Amino acid sequence: MRFIPVTCEEQVEMLVRIGVDSVDALFEDIPGDARLARPLGVPDGMTEIELAAHLESLAARNSDGSRVVSFLGAGVYDHYIPAIVDAVVSKPAFFTAYTPYQPEVSQGTLQAVYEYQSMICQLTGMEVSNASMYDGATAFAEAALMAARVTKRGRVVVSGAVHPEWREVLATYVESGTLDVVEVPASGGVTDAAAVAAVVDDSTAALMVTSPTWYGTLEDLTALGVLAHDAGALFVVGTNPILLGVMEPPASYGADIVVGEGQPLGNAISFGGPGLGIFACHKAHIRQMPGRIAGRTTDVDGRPGFVLTFSTREQHIRREKATSNICSNHALNALASGVYLAALGTHGLAGIGEACIAKAHYLEDALVGCGCFERVYGAPFANEFTLRYRGEVADMQTRLLERGFLAGLDLGRFDADDAGLVLFAVTERHTREVIDRFVEEVSAL
Amino acid sequence: MSTTPETVAQTATGVPSLGEPLTGTLIFERGAAESRCVEAPALDVPAVSLQEVLGGRTRVVPPALPHVTEVDLARHYEHLASANFGVDSGFYPLGSCTMKYNPKIDEQTCRLPGFARIHPYQPEETVQGAFELMWGLQESLAEVAGLPAVTLQPAAGAHGELTGLLAIRGYHTANGDPRTRVLVPDSAHGTNPATVAMCGYEVVQVPSDERGGVDIEALKALLDTDVAALMLTNPNTVGLFDENILEITSAVHSVGALAYCDGANLNAIMGKSRPGDMGFDALHINLHKTFATPHGGGGPGAGPVAVSAGLAPYLPGPVVGRGADGVLRLVTPERSIGRVRSYLGNFGVLVRAYTYIRAVGGDGLREVSEQAVLSANYLKALLEDAWPVAYDRTCMHEFVMSGGALRKATGVRTLDVAKRLLDYGIHPPTVYFPLIVDEALMVEPTETEGKATLDRFAAVLRHIAQEATEDPDLLHGAPYTTPVRRLDEAAAVKNADVAWRPDGAEA
Ligand SMILES: Cc1ncc(COP(=O)(O)O)c(C=O)c1O
Repeated sequence: MRFIPVTCEEQVEMLVRIGVDSVDALFEDIPGDARLARPLGVPDGMTEIELAAHLESLAARNSDGSRVVSFLGAGVYDHYIPAIVDAVVSKPAFFTAYTPYQPEVSQGTLQAVYEYQSMICQLTGMEVSNASMYDGATAFAEAALMAARVTKRGRVVVSGAVHPEWREVLATYVESGTLDVVEVPASGGVTDAAAVAAVVDDSTAALMVTSPTWYGTLEDLTALGVLAHDAGALFVVGTNPILLGVMEPPASYGADIVVGEGQPLGNAISFGGPGLGIFACHKAHIRQMPGRIAGRTTDVDGRPGFVLTFSTREQHIRREKATSNICSNHALNALASGVYLAALGTHGLAGIGEACIAKAHYLEDALVGCGCFERVYGAPFANEFTLRYRGEVADMQTRLLERGFLAGLDLGRFDADDAGLVLFAVTERHTREVIDRFVEEVSAL
Repeated sequence: MSTTPETVAQTATGVPSLGEPLTGTLIFERGAAESRCVEAPALDVPAVSLQEVLGGRTRVVPPALPHVTEVDLARHYEHLASANFGVDSGFYPLGSCTMKYNPKIDEQTCRLPGFARIHPYQPEETVQGAFELMWGLQESLAEVAGLPAVTLQPAAGAHGELTGLLAIRGYHTANGDPRTRVLVPDSAHGTNPATVAMCGYEVVQVPSDERGGVDIEALKALLDTDVAALMLTNPNTVGLFDENILEITSAVHSVGALAYCDGANLNAIMGKSRPGDMGFDALHINLHKTFATPHGGGGPGAGPVAVSAGLAPYLPGPVVGRGADGVLRLVTPERSIGRVRSYLGNFGVLVRAYTYIRAVGGDGLREVSEQAVLSANYLKALLEDAWPVAYDRTCMHEFVMSGGALRKATGVRTLDVAKRLLDYGIHPPTVYFPLIVDEALMVEPTETEGKATLDRFAAVLRHIAQEATEDPDLLHGAPYTTPVRRLDEAAAVKNADVAWRPDGAEA
């Protein structure tokens, strides 16, 4: 395929106008030793028909959610995506636009971002949301950096019950020693409050937890928030936004910064990316926030309109003093989430949350009831839970895959201490019939 | 206020106002309390007491989300879309951003369930097609870059910068000393110095010379064994290929430092010159620029990083590797700096970029760069007598004009010119970047625009220069034809209205 509309004849006219006799003459600044004197070793182009067939054949080699029943979650959840979501994000005026630097011709993006920010504030209970970060993990890492700026302290305390990839990303972001990270091991599938109390002190910029945790358990956020605030540290809470129609928002527990993976809100699981980094905080800290923020204002004729605001925090103005290096974010995913939340509304989101929770508890009961699994944690859970398998996890998963099930996540893959533990995620898409069939298959092994 | 033919056309339609149309309202102000769009299915399992199973964590005050029907949503977002300008709307010569056409087939392939509905933690044998795609993309990007190892993890260009610089830091640390400084030209994009600071290094600015390249003597004077790296955009941010590139990278290497390339401008050189062959050790590639994936109104993009064999062990893991048995698996490089994000990368974007590369092929990529450079030079030739070019040389895929003289002569600023372009249905070039050019206008036509579009753009810009001379106020007041006109940015900060709240709720 070729996406170049200029004709051969026009190319000649262009060369004449420039005053050179070949296209190669335009590349003369490239020193000889830096020129590529052979064709690129990249496969030849294809027609659209061949290309579609090639991509379809690659896609067909993957066992996707339309062909297997998956109980995988761990931060990425295969919720139903309403048709209106894709209809909106497929509008070229949205997806082929750049970052809204020219507000007069970007009101669509800007208003959608403002509305997204408003919905995130509603969900989390916070006053300010940014326009998005790349994903939950990078939002989490940026929250640590922001907490250090706000408190002028150099150490964060992170719960070992946080998603291991979030902790890893945080470690990478502070690798150069810009910040010390102290990790408090989980106990009973949740943050060990006594261990936190022992390490949080007046050099601590933030206590960082998530609820639900990596294990699906719910934290005692009230107690943890008090521990953070008593030491003058910020309380950073990671959340799963799909649950916030029915669960008390992080702000109610004193969260100072709320982060989250927004993928569940209308974005495809897409092998884990692109996701959506949710980032919200108090207005008092707006000038320390990373990322873009849309704000409402008026134009010269007094008409309401939207702009990117508080830009003096950002790299294009502050350069090395910016609050972050982020430039492009995940605007289209934020748009999708805004459409998703508007389509569901208060009522629908609560219904989805309730369905996930009820079905997760139904599955958990059945798996324990059939005798194949046992409970390991006493803490409550919502849409995802951890059980111990009374047998070989890998073997069980292989055999169930043959029967068309992705039987949860083997937590032993991430931490040897968690060998034998399996994490199951349930969404509103899992019908009772499918759950019953799965439990039957497990029992029959 | 001066009027223009456009404003006359807009206001002289003769249609009386019969009540406010719903345009301009927020989604929260549409619909009614009982409006519903998507609802959860009836529960087919026993209901649970949320209060009980959540241990008392149930929500007291429900979130005030919109309540609308599907038709409200369809109209709302159609209206918003109509107030937006994208590549499909018209010419978008936004320098440094490579706003090329985004092929429709890419949007189709990334939505195939075999890509859109797979989970990153599925067993490797169930996602071999996805790994094959990632492997193929890694191979093609490595070939275009002239650098052997690639990570697809970074989510954007700036994220790639962070990844590449941390890998460089890892390399120096393994050699006993991370070093303290990173050199960045004064023409660099803001993300470069911001990244340097995030990686714990001090930014040292390198001046540009009068030809628009790195001042090589100044560079040499700044180089010592405390320097970890030079971060350079090549072709650079004034649209020029640095003629001294080989001397620059070898000077950097002579003190044991490494050379990092910001690959924002890769669209100029595919199949012509490779950053690895220029002596760069690391490069980030913006798939949302060079490889035609859409910008999405500000993302998601993807910023894969290609590195030399020496830096390969430091890349974030995991990357896709092929075992001796031919099976593709995830492997973590030996001395990996660790993950820079969750999971494997912006896979949906990777599918689009792979689709594009397979569509145009190796020769096609070279043609893309040749046409991008030809079109930029043609446009420059059409404009240079009316609009002084910052550096009067053959350019690559973009060029930077200065509105400094116009401002002196007429008081019309580059900002005014940009706003006036909107009245002609053209998205403005990048303005006020790079910082080293007074009143900069950075023009990047890309290869996907026809000659007629370039000709019209030149005619419009020449006409605007004339308007500036004859009626500067016309330009100070522009735009006139857009959904809103100039917005009060100071008031936006002062009022800090960054989220809608239900009536009466505390701000
Ligand atoms: C020269 C240059 N470097 C870096 C970036 C940052 O890229 P991204 O927005 O993908 O993070 C840009 C994008 O505007 C750029 O033009």
